[in-house]
Amino acid sequence: MAHIKRRGFTAMLGASALAAPGIIGAARAADPVKIGFVYLGPVGDFGWSYQHDVGRKQAEAALKGQVVTSYVENVPEAPECQAVFESLAASGHKLIFGTSFGYMNYMLKVAAKYPDIKFEHCTGYKRAPNLATYDIRFYQGRFVQGVIAGKLSKTGVAGYVASVPVPEVVQGMNAFLLGMQSINPKAKLKFITIDSWYDPGKEGDAAKALLDQGCDVLTQHTDSPSPLQVAASRNLPAFGEATDMISFAPKTQLTADVNEWGGYYTQRIKALLAGSWTSIDTWGGFAEGMLVMAPFRNMPADVAALATQTVADITSGKNKVFVGPLTDQTGKVFLPAGQVMDDGTLSGLQTLIQGIEGKLS
Amino acid sequence: MLFRLEPRGLRSDFWSYGSPVLAVVLTIVTMGVIFAIMGAPPITGIETFLISPLTSPGGIGSLLVRAAPLIMIGVGLAFCYRANVWNIGGDGQFTMGAIFGGGIALLLPNAPFWWCYPLVLVCGVLGGMFWAGIVALLKLKFNANEILTSLMLVYIAQLILVWLVTGPWRDPQGFGFPQSAMFGAGATTPDFGTTSIHLGCVLAPLLAVALWLVMSRSVLGFQLRVVGQAPRAARYAGFSNARLTWIALLVSGGLSGLAGIIEVTGPIGQLTTTITPGYGFTAVIVAFLGRLHPVGVIFAALLLALSYLGGDAAQISLNMPNSITNIFQGVLLFYLLGVDVLILYRIRRVKPRIVEPAV
Amino acid sequence: MNLVYVSSFIVSIIAASTPLLLAASGELITEKSGVLNLGVEGMMLIGAIAGFATAHATGSAALGIVAAALAGVAISMVFAVLTLSLLANQIAAGLALTIFGHGLAALLGAGYVGISAPVLHAIAIPVLSAIPFIGPILFDQNILIYFSFLLICAISWFLNKTHAGLILRAVGDSHDAAHAMGYPVIRIRYAATAFGGALAGIAGAYLSLFYSPLWSQDLSAGRGWIALALVVFSAWRPFYLLAGAYLFGGVTYLALYLQGVGVSIPSPLISALPYAGTIAVLVLISRDARRVRLNQPACLAKYFHAVA
Repeated sequence: MAHIKRRGFTAMLGASALAAPGIIGAARAADPVKIGFVYLGPVGDFGWSYQHDVGRKQAEAALKGQVVTSYVENVPEAPECQAVFESLAASGHKLIFGTSFGYMNYMLKVAAKYPDIKFEHCTGYKRAPNLATYDIRFYQGRFVQGVIAGKLSKTGVAGYVASVPVPEVVQGMNAFLLGMQSINPKAKLKFITIDSWYDPGKEGDAAKALLDQGCDVLTQHTDSPSPLQVAASRNLPAFGEATDMISFAPKTQLTADVNEWGGYYTQRIKALLAGSWTSIDTWGGFAEGMLVMAPFRNMPADVAALATQTVADITSGKNKVFVGPLTDQTGKVFLPAGQVMDDGTLSGLQTLIQGIEGKLS
Repeated sequence: MLFRLEPRGLRSDFWSYGSPVLAVVLTIVTMGVIFAIMGAPPITGIETFLISPLTSPGGIGSLLVRAAPLIMIGVGLAFCYRANVWNIGGDGQFTMGAIFGGGIALLLPNAPFWWCYPLVLVCGVLGGMFWAGIVALLKLKFNANEILTSLMLVYIAQLILVWLVTGPWRDPQGFGFPQSAMFGAGATTPDFGTTSIHLGCVLAPLLAVALWLVMSRSVLGFQLRVVGQAPRAARYAGFSNARLTWIALLVSGGLSGLAGIIEVTGPIGQLTTTITPGYGFTAVIVAFLGRLHPVGVIFAALLLALSYLGGDAAQISLNMPNSITNIFQGVLLFYLLGVDVLILYRIRRVKPRIVEPAV
Repeated sequence: MNLVYVSSFIVSIIAASTPLLLAASGELITEKSGVLNLGVEGMMLIGAIAGFATAHATGSAALGIVAAALAGVAISMVFAVLTLSLLANQIAAGLALTIFGHGLAALLGAGYVGISAPVLHAIAIPVLSAIPFIGPILFDQNILIYFSFLLICAISWFLNKTHAGLILRAVGDSHDAAHAMGYPVIRIRYAATAFGGALAGIAGAYLSLFYSPLWSQDLSAGRGWIALALVVFSAWRPFYLLAGAYLFGGVTYLALYLQGVGVSIPSPLISALPYAGTIAVLVLISRDARRVRLNQPACLAKYFHAVA
């Protein structure tokens, strides 16, 4: 209800175009170009989808008059999403962003069917001439979180509420512990995967289970503020995810990885308008401005200063995060001393480093 | 309290067909009111929700893809309900069909289509029959209420699927994503050219018509009608209730299993943690709305499938939350159930003093 | 293991079990009257959003709970009118209620995602809550947890020791006989359905105001269906229901907990145990007719139309 406001009018125009497909192709050059976004969660998940929607609004504001955007929320990673992509394509959207991994094969199919329309898939690895991929180096923020956790944890054991054990999450767990071990070499990490990206009840239960096992600092790779709230109820520090969740836990959240999609979306839409759009793979982090840390709060000034310095080092490339020697859980070295892990290996990472307890199922 | 329901004695033919029509009309009016409350012109809203999905390119294809599983599960349930067997576990039988057939498909990644695909489908059907067979067995052997057992089995099947795709059947090349490998070409449901329409979209209505012929022309169909409408008479006639329960559950389980295997070998292409958005439950609405009649089920499934697409369309062009799909479905069934009372009863005005406290 | 962690483990299980217990207690009474309302999930969601919105507007979590109960009653009356007055099929009406509840809650809640509302805090009982180990478990909980204990005792007393409880059971076991004896079958069923709606609503508010204090679509995540299983699992007996709720809640929580300690039993299979257990119980109590009569309301989900 809240979001039926000004945008309702542009939407009406969309409806008539939808009802009369013949008109679409005849759209005049001066008409704003239609850009579509497809979200897995509700835009108000206050995490992943919310942050993409913030990016959408930024892009629309930056390119005012040149583009109109529409979005579809709650689109499952199932055949239903194909119909959503098709109806966006059929209703004249020229560039369509799909923001969840599970859309991959469906987007490939729809992209093949609509060669004149550009698609971009977030977190995927399959590309086509009109299907680009983009993602954020979330692990950079995890390393910073780990450094903070290393400073604050008394038990030396941190808890990680994980979604599903995909490379992004494996990178996150490893980077977090690497950051923590850079302060406290004996630090350990426990994790629980909940097989879902968004399930407040289950996320909270996993958070409780980790705290019940002696973890005294918590981070999450799931999208609701629930784990943060659990940490708050136990007066233990924790990190937010994807967006600044400080309003849910003002005395608890240390910082949060904040995903900044707006700049990327603006840049890609501009490329489309200029006719220079190509199918590329983008993996940006601090340096590209796609990832920022929420303000450092609820920690001593020296810890905040160290965290700020860590961000600067990663941004400048001085700290590459995944640098050997790295030892796996069995004690075998899988990245020799001095070597930096290449992006290819990193993007398919399925090995946990020593100090992480528990197995990937 | 000034009205009383009075049994008609005979079913009203007029209202058995009139009530779904009236329910649909009432639902559309209600949706218009909801659109108005949400700040959209009601006519535009209804047009976007119910008409625009059909006129957009590829819309009919999407509609048939959505309707196919609903038809297959729905006709099976209609058959079951006519036999007074309350199977509400369509989703579980659907999932088990996908697991059985999908398991075979994963075992045979390179097998040729001509024998692999039929084998995969048969395994899917068997998977659904197996899962519904448990319900039949527990009902007949132990007298366990089939509503409750079939419901529990939905969740067990779903959790088994999650276990398989996050564990033993997880694609080794899939970077840890909770899904199986893609099925080979020999285990892929064929589709028609560039449309999303696949074999299941054709098979589903054919199966519905076939079941209609069975129900209207065969001895079995006759027994079904007698048992459903007059259980006592059926017992005097010597019809075996147990046999009918088995048949009803196996038929509906097999059809749900078939829907499941076609869905995963067709539109999805692999096993994942979520293979059904609740088709098994929506199919209960479909069965009722379709008057427990196979041909009625086809129309009902198309309408419900349309409501899914309408939810998406309303979101894209009117910025409505797509939860209005659920509201549409819920309201539709509420009206239908309410109006259905007119089939067996007529409403009579009565003077207050005659009213019994019980009624 | 440190004792503090053990007591906190138990507190976590109680927290996970209470919404199941609340919703199932309501459904138990509804089913005892012979009505099977499959709409628990939908009523919980309606309760969750009503509670959240009210707490947000008034600043009072307590008012939120009251509003959730009322919303639960209101939505359950749609079901009651259809099934009890218009003689609609209970299964279909219950499913419709769940689907409708999902949609309506999501629609009403669209403006409430991503904001926080007053949280229901624990009420520590002075002195007692300071006792090591059992203090945090028994005497430092929120009001709905205390309420759930009292509720089970009250339901047990009502069903077994009061005349009204006897009538309720009579209505559920044989509506024709109850009607012949002059009891208002339909009115009693209306009341029992309303009671179920109120408690499902409260269970929803427990989720949105305490358990994960925020609003999100599908916040109940299938707990309404588990509550339905639980009623059967308990063989329609209040104290078994209490034990079953803690078992179900415990198993769900344990499935996650074990991962953290590195035990490699797949958690989906552990999560399936409550459902398998429910089927097992159903088989045990149904296999001979005498046992069925002791437990399961004989008229469950059957039509009743009194001939005047």
